[in-house]
Amino acid sequence: MLRYTFNRVLYALPIMLGVSLVCFLLVHIAPGDPLVSVLPPDATEALRRQMAELYGFDRSLPEQFLRWLARAATGDLGTSIATARPVAAEVARAVGNTVTLAAFATLIGFTLGAIFGFVAGYFRDSPLDRLASALAVLGVSVPHYWLGMVLVIIFSAQLGWLPATGAGPGGSTEWVWDWEHFRHLILPAVTMSVIPMGIVARTLRALVAEILSQEFVMGLRARGLSEFAVFRHVVKNAAPTALAVMGLQLGYLLGGSILIETVFSWPGTGFLLNAAIFQRDLPLLQGTILVLALFFVVLNLLVDVVQTALDPRIRRA
Amino acid sequence: MAERVLEIRGLEVTFRRGEERIRAVAGVDLTLAAGEALALIGESGSGKSVTLRQVLRLDPERTTEVAGSVRVGGEEVGRLDRRGLRRLRGGRVGMVFQEPLLALDPVYTVGQQIVEAIRAHEPVSRAEARARALELFRLVHVPSPDRRLDAYPHELSGGLRQRAMIALALACRPQLLLADEPTTALDATVQIQVLLLLRELQERLGLAILFVTHDIGAAVEIADRIAVIYAGRIVEEGPVRAVIRSPLHPYTRGLLASRTEGALVKGRRIAAIPGSPPDLARPPPGCAFAPRCSLAVEACRRSVPRLEPFAPGHAVRCLRAPEWAASAA
Ligand SMILES: Nc1ncnc2c1ncn2[C@@H]1O[C@H](COP(=O)(O)OP(=O)(O)OP(=O)(O)O)[C@@H](O)[C@H]1O
Ligand SMILES: [Mg+2]
Repeated sequence: MLRYTFNRVLYALPIMLGVSLVCFLLVHIAPGDPLVSVLPPDATEALRRQMAELYGFDRSLPEQFLRWLARAATGDLGTSIATARPVAAEVARAVGNTVTLAAFATLIGFTLGAIFGFVAGYFRDSPLDRLASALAVLGVSVPHYWLGMVLVIIFSAQLGWLPATGAGPGGSTEWVWDWEHFRHLILPAVTMSVIPMGIVARTLRALVAEILSQEFVMGLRARGLSEFAVFRHVVKNAAPTALAVMGLQLGYLLGGSILIETVFSWPGTGFLLNAAIFQRDLPLLQGTILVLALFFVVLNLLVDVVQTALDPRIRRA
Repeated sequence: MAERVLEIRGLEVTFRRGEERIRAVAGVDLTLAAGEALALIGESGSGKSVTLRQVLRLDPERTTEVAGSVRVGGEEVGRLDRRGLRRLRGGRVGMVFQEPLLALDPVYTVGQQIVEAIRAHEPVSRAEARARALELFRLVHVPSPDRRLDAYPHELSGGLRQRAMIALALACRPQLLLADEPTTALDATVQIQVLLLLRELQERLGLAILFVTHDIGAAVEIADRIAVIYAGRIVEEGPVRAVIRSPLHPYTRGLLASRTEGALVKGRRIAAIPGSPPDLARPPPGCAFAPRCSLAVEACRRSVPRLEPFAPGHAVRCLRAPEWAASAA
């Protein structure tokens, strides 16, 4: 197991390097001059050149990449063109906000998804199953920006119960654990939880039904185990697959959602990415994409290792 | 006669599947005394497994209709409540399945499963239960039992897996062991070892065994009596020697004849008997075997013959048997 983990980490290193290169190239291959957004339209050629030199845009691409990579390795992602603040600080704050949102959305989505999935799988083809399955399908098929807007219309515009945008009172972008901030979290988190809820519910329904159809379940009953004990066996059998699906869902949520964060003006990574693209803020864009991409590599690694650790059939193979 | 461990009277089991009603068991009577081994043999789909499962009421209640009586140690199984049923399952009656790899939970070690089963029935500590599990593994001759208890089912060989399954079934010292084709999934040499183990356990523990098999050789090896089932009904029942030497039912004779042409293979049709078993959703009004029987007369097709005693302890469900036996003698 240790060896497997070590190997898996080792494999992840070249992937990370490749990912960095792709991040870098994607941004540089895109057409357009990154300096357009910071220079006045009538800027002189000398000023242009000076700025390009300052940001390193005058060097060759391989050189730019190596310098960027070397600095990124030490945690320095450069300076945002638009705000002139360190990219690392901008990204760190956005990541914090996105994680808060994702954690809460996950809590809602997984709890409801697991309940719906187990109920539907246990009572397959009953009215309960049909209700739970319908909710799950709704969850994955309703466009969530649309749902977000509907929720805003109902709970903010009509009822006035909850704020529609931002992460805190007065456009605060710094998260604090108090009721004023929490109120801002509710609508985006509920909107965001709908997809993992649907996916977890559907996966678990199929999984539980499949496990219950296996002969060993009758074997368990034939030993005189209580229904609760049988349920425990079902949970343990479902755990590796369920955790893998949940891990990936959690990953997608942690990656941030441009749509949801934009609809709710939630100052997370998706929002930041959106801003960086529209302002053609190359260093910020590169830094954000790199952090997100590396995060997915690590996430996949974790899911693999945890899933392996949980399943004795793989663990000891 | 010794105490009756199992008594099945007029058992009928019908499964509802959509509009269809499948009559898997159409009237089974069986009696098993303490320490006795009975082999239930018959073609694929004849209702052997369903009969066995009904002893523990393992079929889903929603889609299964059951009539008749099943008594274990004199207690009517159909009248037990949930708790009574749990005490019966694994407590007084243990069950062994055909394919232990499918019948054991893959993500628990065999030791954990035995400990869990013991603790479901008796208020003992984990350590005590573990000690008993070790004892059971010795009883069923698992080599290095301590280490094997910590193995997952997939880590054991087929033979060891089946031994572990038997140990699990015996965990709470049942009086009755139900075994559904316990050797079918095993290699030939391992089959014999498992059969020998079952016979040894029967003698040492005074265990009554009801076991289903396709293998007449296995039946002869460990059974005291044989019951032959066809289309959900027992068609012949008697002491092993009597049934093998002088079979009374034409179907039994066909089964025995097919044995000389090679072992009975699960799922395969029996060569010596032309035709195939009736559709259980639309059973014929008379003897279910009549359409395939060379001795059948008009009366056979009108009504189902009764299971009549013929010799001491030897009964047959066939109108032509007395006549035929007389002419053969
Ligand atoms: N849960 C169920 N629902 C519907 N039909 C069933 C169910 N269980 C069994 N049957 C049907 O009942 C009949 C008898 O099945 P059973 O499993 O008892 O056969 P068997 O004698 O054990 O055969 P085999 O030798 O193949 O194991 C078969 O036609 C089978 O399809
Ligand atoms: Mg069977």
